[in-house]
Amino acid sequence: MHELGIVFHCIKEVNAVAVKNDVKKINSVTVEIGEVSTVIPYYFEDCWNWAVKKETILKDAKIHIERIEAITHCESCGKDYPTVRYGKICPHCKSEHTFLLTGNEILIKEIEAVE
Amino acid sequence: MERIRVIEIKKSVFEDNDRDADRLRAELKEKGVFLLNLMSSPGSGKTTTLIQTINALKDKIGIAVMEADIDSDVDAKKIFAATGVQSVQLHTGGMCHLDAEMTRQGVAGLDLEKVDLAILENVGNLVCPAEFDTGAAKNCMILSVPEGHDKPLKYPLMFSVCDLVLINKMDVLDYFDFDLELCKEYVKRRNPNAEVIPICAKTGEGIDLFARWILKQIQLWKGEDNYA
Repeated sequence: MHELGIVFHCIKEVNAVAVKNDVKKINSVTVEIGEVSTVIPYYFEDCWNWAVKKETILKDAKIHIERIEAITHCESCGKDYPTVRYGKICPHCKSEHTFLLTGNEILIKEIEAVE
Repeated sequence: MERIRVIEIKKSVFEDNDRDADRLRAELKEKGVFLLNLMSSPGSGKTTTLIQTINALKDKIGIAVMEADIDSDVDAKKIFAATGVQSVQLHTGGMCHLDAEMTRQGVAGLDLEKVDLAILENVGNLVCPAEFDTGAAKNCMILSVPEGHDKPLKYPLMFSVCDLVLINKMDVLDYFDFDLELCKEYVKRRNPNAEVIPICAKTGEGIDLFARWILKQIQLWKGEDNYA
């Protein structure tokens, strides 16, 4: 459900970039979404398609979603492992002293604009 | 001739909200208004806890409340009827959380003269409100006994952004498989700095501790460490 709020913030940011760069229209926006960012790409896309219809510069903008893999680092054995598969416990040494390296991002990567 | 170009942005979606939130925090600091963001799942007892806490504090400090919901104004009316402090209702228009901009609009609807503490009752939800910084000085959340002690594991972000976790509905502890010590350990795992206070909003148990926590935070925030 929070995908909509995130889409609104994304639209606001992209509109600001568009005005700053004096572009007429935006063809597409590429976002990078981490695997464990709590954003579901399918929902995000639906919200995007609904929300941009009310926009002007962004009216026909397509959304491209790229995934960022979630990687966790283990402080006990120093190894990295895929978060989605193993969660908080290190599969190598069973330690709980781990932290997320990547995968929590919700980034606006780039836009394709018509000048 | 139209020219197409790619503009690289590489920015977090939350960056503008984080900026707005920092600005609001600075403005409130200037005005001497401590903003507390209260979060929880629906039905955990936010409004009842607030009523009890406000009644315990309102003779000591000036209080105002912002109630955020998707719709209705039942909470704002209830708070005003039970405490007499000013309260405004914010509608999020279908969204499941408040962001800094919406909080700013709520703050604008309050008369901040003589207000030391503004409490924001966020939308009942353990996921989305944690993502958006509202500009609050401190974050607090309520977990109620029937929800289960495993929630800090299931909603990691919520527990990692909170300075205080209230565990409500302690009066029904005997009827649920809720392990208080284990819950405290799970909270610490998510956030070693978070404090935990068990309360019961219905009977008033622990409300004095919560009220004292708030007063202490306000004092610390104002840079006075002579709180006794």
